[in-house]
Amino acid sequence: MEKLSVNGKVHQVDADPDMPLLWVLRDLLGLRGTKFGCGKGLCGACTVHLGGRAVRSCQMPLSAALGVSVTTIEGLSVDASHPVQVAWRDHNVPQCGYCQSGQIMSASALLASNASPSDAQIDSAMSGNLCRCGTYPRIREAIKQAATGSES
Amino acid sequence: MSKIEKVSRREFLELTGLSVGGLLLTSVLPVSSALANVLDEPEGQRLNIFVSIRPDGEVEIIAHRSEMGTGIRTSLPQVVADEMGADWDRVSVIQGLGNKDYGSQNTDGSRSVRDFYTIMRQMGATARALLEQAAAQTWSVPADECHALDHVVHHSSGKALGFGELAEIAAGLNLPDPESVKLKSSADFKYIGRGLPIVDLEDMTTGNTVYGVDIHLPEMVYASIERAPFLDARIASYDKKAAQKTAGVIDVIEIKGKPLPAGFNALEGVAVIASNTWSAMQGRGVLGVTWKTSEHAEHQSSTYIDALAKKVSTSEGEVARERGDVAAAFEANSRQIEAVYKTPYLAHASMEPPMATAHLHDGICEIWACTQTPQVTQREVAKALGYEEQAVKVHVTLLGGGFGRKSKPDFIIEAALLAAQLEKPVQVTWTREDDIRHDYFHSCCAQYYRAALDDSGSVVAWLAREATPPISSIFQLGLNQMSDGALSQTFGSIPFDVPNLRLERVEADAHARIGWMRSVYNIPFAFGVGSFVDELANAAQKNPMDFWPELIGGDRHIEFSQEKFKFSNYSKPLSEYPYDTARYKGVISRLRSECDWDEPRQANQGWGMTAIRSFLSYVAIACKVEVVDGKLSVLEMHGVIDCGTVVNPDRVHSQMEGAMIFGLSLALMGEISFVDGVPEQSNFHDYPIARINQTPQVIKTHIIASDLAPTGVGEPGVPPVAPAIANAVFAATNKRIRELPLNRHYQV
Repeated sequence: MEKLSVNGKVHQVDADPDMPLLWVLRDLLGLRGTKFGCGKGLCGACTVHLGGRAVRSCQMPLSAALGVSVTTIEGLSVDASHPVQVAWRDHNVPQCGYCQSGQIMSASALLASNASPSDAQIDSAMSGNLCRCGTYPRIREAIKQAATGSES
Repeated sequence: MSKIEKVSRREFLELTGLSVGGLLLTSVLPVSSALANVLDEPEGQRLNIFVSIRPDGEVEIIAHRSEMGTGIRTSLPQVVADEMGADWDRVSVIQGLGNKDYGSQNTDGSRSVRDFYTIMRQMGATARALLEQAAAQTWSVPADECHALDHVVHHSSGKALGFGELAEIAAGLNLPDPESVKLKSSADFKYIGRGLPIVDLEDMTTGNTVYGVDIHLPEMVYASIERAPFLDARIASYDKKAAQKTAGVIDVIEIKGKPLPAGFNALEGVAVIASNTWSAMQGRGVLGVTWKTSEHAEHQSSTYIDALAKKVSTSEGEVARERGDVAAAFEANSRQIEAVYKTPYLAHASMEPPMATAHLHDGICEIWACTQTPQVTQREVAKALGYEEQAVKVHVTLLGGGFGRKSKPDFIIEAALLAAQLEKPVQVTWTREDDIRHDYFHSCCAQYYRAALDDSGSVVAWLAREATPPISSIFQLGLNQMSDGALSQTFGSIPFDVPNLRLERVEADAHARIGWMRSVYNIPFAFGVGSFVDELANAAQKNPMDFWPELIGGDRHIEFSQEKFKFSNYSKPLSEYPYDTARYKGVISRLRSECDWDEPRQANQGWGMTAIRSFLSYVAIACKVEVVDGKLSVLEMHGVIDCGTVVNPDRVHSQMEGAMIFGLSLALMGEISFVDGVPEQSNFHDYPIARINQTPQVIKTHIIASDLAPTGVGEPGVPPVAPAIANAVFAATNKRIRELPLNRHYQV
């Protein structure tokens, strides 16, 4: 049994230390807001915060997450009020919505480290998160809103 | 006005899996299906769509179409709510189960709004009439003095009753004569035409959504399947013991493949069942499956497409559409242009791979899946299990993208077959590699074009030939020619006012599972037609924005029957949805006014455009590119759509934005290639889709204001993109690209 801290709560986890954090979260802890997209760290659908940093949970073995606080989309805010979540709604960003947990986790990590990113910095920070529906133009606008704190 | 009936609570339960009280309505009208011929969908089905009002006043509206990102779970219910006089804040949307009583649930062909807009209005209007009548009865006043507004029925005297208070009485009334039920005038619309946020918006920003992959049931086990790597492959051997020794693995089960044609059958494979997804994948990794060969293991797509290109360039095909005499025109006009275009296989690559969960219990098979076709799923699962269709219950989850892939229930049959052996719920998780390698691929295509120009630069002859392994090959072994219906997608339906025209189809055998993908055959044919028109404009030394309307010619409604061509018009009669050249030219002129097409261009930059009618809508797209040191960047994309009446403009804009970026992906990088019958690509590193940093900073979409019947929105933005970009590359570099994707020629 290992202790894993997710969204401020400590879970007892009985799993192979090599099991990717993604599957620990989804199959063992029932936190399914974090999505499986590629299993190779190529699409960003599984992005979570590990010690405040955006990581691809499909590439992160359980062993590397022990002792570090994990935040998933479910724990980003208690009431969907994180500025990135609000901006996402103000700009009607999602289409199918599947990649958006990962997009939001990447965007919130970006803004935590850089409060007013340039267009190029937004593109760079978000380039690991694929969206097949093509919501990128609205993702850019939503991040700019969340950065300035302005309402659309 | 279609017939509208009340339904019993029991029927409602069967349709939705939910128990509700209050007023239930069902609308009954036959609806034709664009894909009826391939999906074997019964024509003229009774159509049932449901509204209920709970005693507490909450209005529940059934979404019977699958939500894969278009916003349909919002758009159709907002039509009902508007006609009802409901308050949108007191409406909840319920996803319907798969059930034939709904009529078509095949969410494809960009047809949810156009097939159901009027029906939804009628349903809402009938509900309103019943509520007004209930109020009139309560107050002993004439019904025409009562008026529903914002969830309340008002009387001219000032009396008012809420929908919830009236629900029981309304449910007991006889239905009004359909002819007496009046639809709102468009001036009175409250929600139709408004960009309401989608009903799932908040859940999508909090991770509180349920897609196919998110189903969790008590005692559920997880499966990962190693499948036949090429068409018709059969298992030779595998190491069952190695997989069984893997921690977490519960069982190893063979899935027997069916003989071709592929249909929607499960592929032959070996499934590893485990207590969690990762363990199932680990066990699968040590199976070491070897395969018996098949004739399709010889398929080399590169040489195959080259052979098709040679065939269309050199040998005549079967005539699909003809007018005048192209041979005589070629004889008489020496100024001629020829070109051959090649486009590759593509994979759908929705962000959520195919996912399905099945549980056999109490004599039924219960399915939860991200499916575009719940009724096809019922039928195919029933067939695979030897069940009655009614014994297959299909819950439709949200779809993490679909694009046509999730119209094929092969992945759901796998779950059902495994559940039949496991006696507990089983979830089949497709990896990305599974998704890319075992897709129903968008077909490869080769096209040949030859035109003659007269002295004034007008086109006097147009000859075209195509060779495309057809989708129909998955339903009937050996089919290797495009039907008129398939060629109706751009190649055969060109509107050009050219006196001599001849369009031919050439045989092309299929060596993979071929399937429809977002805008289907319009993708290769828009690339051929859109590129060739640009080549002709260049030869005629005309601005493409002038040349396109000239080539289309005068305002008219095109009839195809005189030219022996059976134009499908997306299964709609031309009398209702004419092929209107004025609207075609209209999107082009609007496009020109919305972008800097006519402004001076910088060195290494160029604009290109293409306009295509697909799914009954007219779309024109212009792209601005820059090519520097072999690096191609798309700087701007502008799109104009004329899709008739718009229900939710925000979702039309978002679909256009998304379709243009989908088109960008396939234009720049989309390619599946086969070596020895096996796709070379497997994940996003070798089958890339556009990333945010490849997306133009300027993407603008415009909707033509119209009160004509609604037409398709989800797909029509895709086809013009690739030719618009290739034409812009020509404008920037003077180099003509006739083979997709563009990363064969440039760094992107």
